[in-house]
Amino acid sequence: MTALTVNGTRHEVDADPFAPLSDTLRVGLGLTGTKEGCNAGDCGACTVLLEGAQVCACLVATAQAEGAEITTVEADDPLLDTLRAAFLARGAAQCGICTPGMLMAALDLLRRNATPDRRAVEDTLGGVLCRCTGYLQIIDAVLDVARGNVAPAATDGRVGASFPRVDGAPKVAGTERYGADAAPDDALWLRAVRSPHAHARFTLGDLDAARDQLGLVAILSARDVPGRNAFGIMPDIKDQPVFAEGYVRYRGEAVLGLLGTREAVAAVRDADLPIAWEVLPALSGVAAALAPDAAQLHAHAPGNILVRGHLRRGDAEATLAAAPVRADGTFRTSFVEHAYIEPEAGYAQPGEDGAMIITACTQAPVMDREETARVLGVPDESVRIIPTACGGGFGGKLDVSVQPLLAVAARVTNQPVRMVYSRAESMASSTKRHPAILHARMAADAEGRFTAYALEGDFNTGAYASWGPTVANRVPVHASGPYRVPNVLNRTRAVYTNDTPAGAFRGFGVPQAAIATEALVDDLALALGMDRWEIRRRNAIGKGDTTPSGQVLHASAGLPDCLDALKADWDAMLARVAAHNATHRRLRLGAGIACMWYGCGNTALSNPSTMRITLARDGTLTLFNGAVDIGQGSTTVIGQIAADALGLPIAALRQVVGDTALTPDAGKTSASRQTFVSGRAAQDAAKALRARILALANAGDGARLSLDGTRLTVADAHTTRILDLVALDADLTAEARYDPPTVTLDADGQGVPYATYGFAAQVALVRVDTALGTVKVEEIVVAQDVGRAVNPLLVAGQIHGGVAQGLGLVLMEEFIPGRTENLHDYLIPTAGDMPRIRIHLVEDPEPEGPLGAKGVGEPALVPTAPAILSAIRHATGVRMTEVPVLPHRLMERLGGGEPPPIPLPSLAFGV
Amino acid sequence: MSAYHRPRTLADALAIRAATGALPLAGGTDIHAIRTARAGWGDPWRPEILDLSAVPDLDGIAETAEGWRIGARTTWTTIAESPLPPLFDGLRAAAREVGGRQVQNRGTIAGNLVTASPAGDGIPNLLVLDAEVELASAGATRRLPIARFLTGYRSTALLPGEIVTALHIPRCDGARSRFEKLGARRYLVISIAMAAGVIRLEGDHVADVRIAVGACSPVARRLPALEAALTGLHPSELPHVPQPAHLAPLTPIGDVRASAAYRSEAALVLLRDLLAGFAR
Ligand SMILES: Cc1cc2nc3c(=O)[nH]c(=O)nc-3n(C[C@H](O)[C@H](O)[C@H](O)COP(=O)(O)OP(=O)(O)OC[C@H]3O[C@@H](n4cnc5c(N)ncnc54)[C@H](O)[C@@H]3O)c2cc1C
Ligand code: FES
Ligand code: FES
Repeated sequence: MTALTVNGTRHEVDADPFAPLSDTLRVGLGLTGTKEGCNAGDCGACTVLLEGAQVCACLVATAQAEGAEITTVEADDPLLDTLRAAFLARGAAQCGICTPGMLMAALDLLRRNATPDRRAVEDTLGGVLCRCTGYLQIIDAVLDVARGNVAPAATDGRVGASFPRVDGAPKVAGTERYGADAAPDDALWLRAVRSPHAHARFTLGDLDAARDQLGLVAILSARDVPGRNAFGIMPDIKDQPVFAEGYVRYRGEAVLGLLGTREAVAAVRDADLPIAWEVLPALSGVAAALAPDAAQLHAHAPGNILVRGHLRRGDAEATLAAAPVRADGTFRTSFVEHAYIEPEAGYAQPGEDGAMIITACTQAPVMDREETARVLGVPDESVRIIPTACGGGFGGKLDVSVQPLLAVAARVTNQPVRMVYSRAESMASSTKRHPAILHARMAADAEGRFTAYALEGDFNTGAYASWGPTVANRVPVHASGPYRVPNVLNRTRAVYTNDTPAGAFRGFGVPQAAIATEALVDDLALALGMDRWEIRRRNAIGKGDTTPSGQVLHASAGLPDCLDALKADWDAMLARVAAHNATHRRLRLGAGIACMWYGCGNTALSNPSTMRITLARDGTLTLFNGAVDIGQGSTTVIGQIAADALGLPIAALRQVVGDTALTPDAGKTSASRQTFVSGRAAQDAAKALRARILALANAGDGARLSLDGTRLTVADAHTTRILDLVALDADLTAEARYDPPTVTLDADGQGVPYATYGFAAQVALVRVDTALGTVKVEEIVVAQDVGRAVNPLLVAGQIHGGVAQGLGLVLMEEFIPGRTENLHDYLIPTAGDMPRIRIHLVEDPEPEGPLGAKGVGEPALVPTAPAILSAIRHATGVRMTEVPVLPHRLMERLGGGEPPPIPLPSLAFGV
Repeated sequence: MSAYHRPRTLADALAIRAATGALPLAGGTDIHAIRTARAGWGDPWRPEILDLSAVPDLDGIAETAEGWRIGARTTWTTIAESPLPPLFDGLRAAAREVGGRQVQNRGTIAGNLVTASPAGDGIPNLLVLDAEVELASAGATRRLPIARFLTGYRSTALLPGEIVTALHIPRCDGARSRFEKLGARRYLVISIAMAAGVIRLEGDHVADVRIAVGACSPVARRLPALEAALTGLHPSELPHVPQPAHLAPLTPIGDVRASAAYRSEAALVLLRDLLAGFAR
């Protein structure tokens, strides 16, 4: 027994003295407010105070905490309360998985130093990673507390108001329940045994004997899958097994499932299991997979080509050949890890007659249901998915992970089963952003008007299809950028390899394509002697223009406005760069610019959302909202939209979110579709409910509603009527479905792929140390057309987070299977890596969207990387064609350790 | 399950170490990270542990007749926040760069040394401070210079019965030190390369200088040829001195963080920056 004093209360706990304190707090004491994102000191999610000083609880042996005062996020403390309020007011908690660690780190600082400056705040938060917020709102929240100006809780939740997220309170209290935080007491633990080889055959020995010898309840393998041992995103490509069948295609593929007590499954050495491996040469990267003699990884994909994407408009080749100015280049990007701080986790509960309930973190409950039901061999209705809070997703939790494994285990044992991925497991097995090799060409006329664009792009989709086809189809539509380009020829391939499966990651291939295209736009500007802003403004697509898919943009096409909003910032940046570089040799500034566009929702495919809203006779008003909030704030935004449309305050609205047994299908949380598609459905449902109420009350359109218990007051200019809800025959309910109008693409990619697009432009200021090749992004100014900012606070949070991920993508993030499978070697930006960010919101309303709104989630990420690359080029004269721009890569291009000569060619460039 | 010892006296700790060879545990920031890395690929690791956290007198910094004694269990935060002369400026700068604040609050100087990682930020600083490590065993105490204690990539001269009890840093009146660390992000980052230096002037000329580079060889190395070239110079001349030939003791490798060629280039730049700092 170890005695621990946590938040002033003494506990006796029976734990291995060596067990990490984080485990003991969570499992031993049930204090799950302390999170575990890596168990290796790399993420800081487990930060607690030990004798008042912040520590990673995952690095403290339980015995070492004996007798010490431990403070966790659950503590009752006035300073902590102030921090909580500040975090809410600033939007500093998005998914909230990092929030307990952030709060504890901040508490540690403020107790040591009541008046810290920004630098001190960054220093103290430097050990806690956040993947959602881009840190700035967190830093501001801590500074607000230090300066004693925490904003009072906002009460105005109408559309357009910066309203703190409605699901924020549990996130700052540490009471939010994520995938790993709760499970039935009698749940068995499941641990997957994964292939350490990228390509291998294997045979299994006597699993029953191994089970008995290792003290396990069961060892699961492919033979235990009751239905089809296959899953995958595409309806027609279920190419990934739940448990591999004698053959693995990537390192990290599940081979066996160990079931038993937590201790028993953890104690098994994989090497002791009866698996005989025959290692095969692995196809790493698309070049290997496309080689004529390459092994064929899937029978349905000759030549290892999963799918091709294609778009043709006009005659790009002929125009390129005849053009007065041309640019071309080959660009390479890396695997990028989502690095959500919450590893995949959840539990399954078996029921009668094939029923199964899965409670887990996810972005796509209805798709999880289909996948799980197929694996179990039961109808979809037998499976219920209850999403837990989701500690970050960014596309990575669109695919199933724990769900089919848990379902099989719970079916086989007929007992609840839980599972929590380790960080290594999460990184090795989950999908990544597709590495791309992009060969792009672009042409302009002598006035700088773009005339042609061509792209050949190969995307490494890894061992399984996942979202590969989506990437291959989305890229051709977007690749030429948000510009008027009459002649376009885009060809893409998604190629199977023995690398980690690539799937959906914020932007579905568009960020990669933007890196290539925006560099070519800079090339054309340079060739023409034009300013980089000017060339973009001249070609910016706008209302009435036709896209390469032949779609005419009728509304909400605010890129020209975005660029205009940035002009003054751009000029100021250029002036600053010129002044600085005139006198500095080694540390050089550079300014860069990039634009983007992004179609909201699925590419030319139906993607409806249905929302239901009910005013019950007991006076409860409930939105049955199937859209999972992965931290981006859809619950708040959709709630604001619904409440506004109904005419009641958001405070009156309760929500049931994402439970497939209770909510209608609102589709997946991806592709910037929830505000736009689900928001619109919620608006329509709420309007319908309002119409019913007004009809009941016989009131006119402009009537004001107010709800007090079961008394609903309806007042218009003439009369005030009070409806007693109790007296109604039935609850008032309304449902609406919205499917954005699209037109299927023909063989040449012509059609209406999306109902609306988000647009944005960013300018970036960087400081390059030309002796070391290091890049510090000093400032980013964003102009983004969001249609309508339903909640500017949350929009800013999405933009900051997108910028942070774009910065990581371009400067440091590189997932290498088998080598960067932890947050030690795989680097994401920390609190100290963020630039200042300023935002110009452009609101060019989208008539299809709710109150004019459209998606914001992905656009912010897309222009950041190319804007930074443009700035690096401005500072150094080097056009980087491979990301991330690690210091050694930049130095290779700068050519040696000596500072480059002055003046750089880039000084003429763009000024 | 293997035993977990948490003795309350040094004598008990040494007796346990002698009898069992249990693994010393200080801040645990390396040990727990290793445990997790191994568990991630199905290799559970639960060694017999000798937890040093309850042994008195192993932490804190004291001035002695010959210099300073830094207790083995002294944390990076303690080092960063202790009032120490400019001789320790480099070590203190390193203390603020080891991991994040959480790691600095737990990680210890002896843990850093015994881990003997090529990228251990403490090590080049200890080399240029001419530190000696104090090793205690049940029967005896001995001291070794850092360069002799570190025998190779993650290996040391620590004997099975020994624990590190302290580091000794000789006085070097009027000297100051500096540290330059290069990583691919601002916080929580393992060094791509680093440089540490101590310098003592007589009048306006360098009388003593000691320079070391880390993360560019299996063990951080002093650079004797560079030290010789710097001796006797005026501080303003120092930044121009380092040349590729001075890096001869280094054998950088390429890994996920950087290429070998880049490490050599960067080491040279860091050395020039380090020396430029002395010139200011
Ligand atoms: C997230 C993270 C970031 C990090 N960043 C850095 C960094 O930037 N720079 C850096 O240099 N290091 C870094 N480290 C590594 C580590 O924090 C340091 O090396 C730290 O100083 C180790 O000290 P410790 O007390 O925690 O060691 P422990 O983990 O307790 O022990 C490490 C080793 O030393 C041995 N040991 C410890 N004390 C003694 C003793 N008194 N006698 C004998 N043997 C002993 C142990 O047996 C073990 O082999 C990082 C670690 C993490 C988890
Ligand atoms: S869980 Fe402890 S630092 Fe990540
Ligand atoms: S809010 Fe920080 S990780 Fe999601």
